[in-house]
Amino acid sequence: MSLTVIQKDDLNTFIRNLIQDYRVVEPVEKNGHFAFAEITDPAEIRLAYTTTILPPKKYLLPPREVLFTFNRSDGGEVNSIQPERPTVMFGVHTCDLHAIQLLDSVFATGYPDPNYLNRRRNTLIVSVECLSPCDENSFCKSMGTLTADEGFDLHLIDLGDAYTVDSGTEAGEALLTRYAKVQPASQGTMRRLNRVLSEKWPKFPYRLDFDVSDLPSLLSLSMKSPLWNELGERCLACAACTNVCPTCFCFDVQDEVELDLQHGRRIRVWDSCQLDEFATVAGGHNFRKSKALRQRHRFMRKGKYILEAHNHLGCVGCGRCARACLVDITPVSVFNELNRQQEAGSVP
Amino acid sequence: MTDMMLREHPTIIETMNVGSQVFLPDKARIVSVRKMTALEKLFTIELPQGKSLGHRPGQFVEISCLGIGEAPISISSSPSRSNGVFEICVRKVGDLTTALHRLGPGDRIGVRGPFGRGFPIEKFRGKDMLFAPGGLGLAPLRSLINQVLDERALFGRVIILYGARNPDELLFKDELQAWAEREDLELHLTVDRGDENWKGHIGVITTLFKDISINPRNTVAVTCGPPVMYRFVLMEMLGKGLSEGNIYLSLERRMKCGVGKCGHCQINHIYTCQSGPVFSYREIKGLEEAL
Repeated sequence: MSLTVIQKDDLNTFIRNLIQDYRVVEPVEKNGHFAFAEITDPAEIRLAYTTTILPPKKYLLPPREVLFTFNRSDGGEVNSIQPERPTVMFGVHTCDLHAIQLLDSVFATGYPDPNYLNRRRNTLIVSVECLSPCDENSFCKSMGTLTADEGFDLHLIDLGDAYTVDSGTEAGEALLTRYAKVQPASQGTMRRLNRVLSEKWPKFPYRLDFDVSDLPSLLSLSMKSPLWNELGERCLACAACTNVCPTCFCFDVQDEVELDLQHGRRIRVWDSCQLDEFATVAGGHNFRKSKALRQRHRFMRKGKYILEAHNHLGCVGCGRCARACLVDITPVSVFNELNRQQEAGSVP
Repeated sequence: MTDMMLREHPTIIETMNVGSQVFLPDKARIVSVRKMTALEKLFTIELPQGKSLGHRPGQFVEISCLGIGEAPISISSSPSRSNGVFEICVRKVGDLTTALHRLGPGDRIGVRGPFGRGFPIEKFRGKDMLFAPGGLGLAPLRSLINQVLDERALFGRVIILYGARNPDELLFKDELQAWAEREDLELHLTVDRGDENWKGHIGVITTLFKDISINPRNTVAVTCGPPVMYRFVLMEMLGKGLSEGNIYLSLERRMKCGVGKCGHCQINHIYTCQSGPVFSYREIKGLEEAL
């Protein structure tokens, strides 16, 4: 679609206008870190942020959500899927954009998930191009998520005193028409844009020692790698990695009752394959008992299983799990070590 | 603003039936409860408004007791005998099943489903059938066994090898009696430990295999039981010359959603609730986490 330009002063006006009609969620500074939060004043936004603690996934698949409420005395359930407030996610990095495209596929495939899709349908995404790496843990360039051609309604690229605005959808286009003051992109703007983009790429290092297209086959060959046992010995099974992951979507379903023991709700909460009881059945048998097998499952999902099922990699290189891990288990070191073992021929 | 909400979405979202309420259970009613053993009860369940479950043998339902939770339970009755109701045979082993065991006729429960891939019964027609359930594994296989018996003329021999830990734990004793009396069915029972009244075979289920001879080229074998049992039963079946593709198993997992999302039932890359719970041995042989 079309490319336009918005001056930085006009961006604040754009956001202020959006707040009138939408819940606008954006990265804000919080105790020295960044987090997506609803904003009421454009002054709160930090578009040049590094990474957020939790990905914006939390607005599409909340850590805890009510599936329905019930009254046990009449045995009747009440559907509780309310139309969500229309939301604009502002300032989404392209890694998270790729993750949302995966989640869209997961929750739309097979049995459509009404809760997720209802929120997704009411969410517009304004993404922003990253011009320098978040930190030494991000490996988006290796994962092919350093930029995005689709998945956004609007996409911003910082040119210094202005942003270019790329409309990815008609809804994005309409958002500009209604709420923003933009100019057409001039020849000069295009030259500046090209310069910004070409200066950006060298700033991002490749962190994987091999091409990401080899990752699924590398993992296939690594089922019996001794690395999994090493990881299992280090892993604390705290589930921090899966809690901060933009592509993790596993959940538990639980019932809660009020003190009157009549009224209650069925909730869905984030769950983690790293927790001991995740694959345990009622009789007590645990089908993934060791932490080694659970770590292997996690990395197999990220680099292979999810790709095969949804044609999107299950890891977008954001580096959040690496930052969150207390024992320094990182995807980059795991994938590179598996590659080293394969090249050395040391895997059975 | 409303026009803004009718947004253009990626195609995949456009085609979605967002209105479907996959997590909302049907309000079903318990018609009757039959105590089978110290731990197992058989529940007959009726869906609202004369709705039929429309299941295949081998599929499962998610059963709810509001306030307690939900659990996946295999369907024990055959579609051929549905008559507007279905049956589940439930062992009291967790929170949900303990709550269920407290309920009686007329009580309401929630039902979602049926879910999963059942037995490909069309492929079984014309074949000899060898069933080898262990313990509670008879519950899901009974659905298929009764379907086969109701279409008896379409199948060759029907052999059932059923093992339980002791005589008290044998399920569906009246049906076992009826099966034993049929001339078109070969029933072999065994218990790990007998008691003063037990006159039958003693030993684990694998000890029954040496007494039977089968035509491996025209036989489909089906097994279900505790995880520990599969390796030994599979060994016996392969030892009889059965091909890997003609051996079927039903696998247990803790499906929290039943719709291929929650992740709890994953075996390597497979979601058991979608690709299973019924698999041929050939399909799962390479999956390290299957058994």
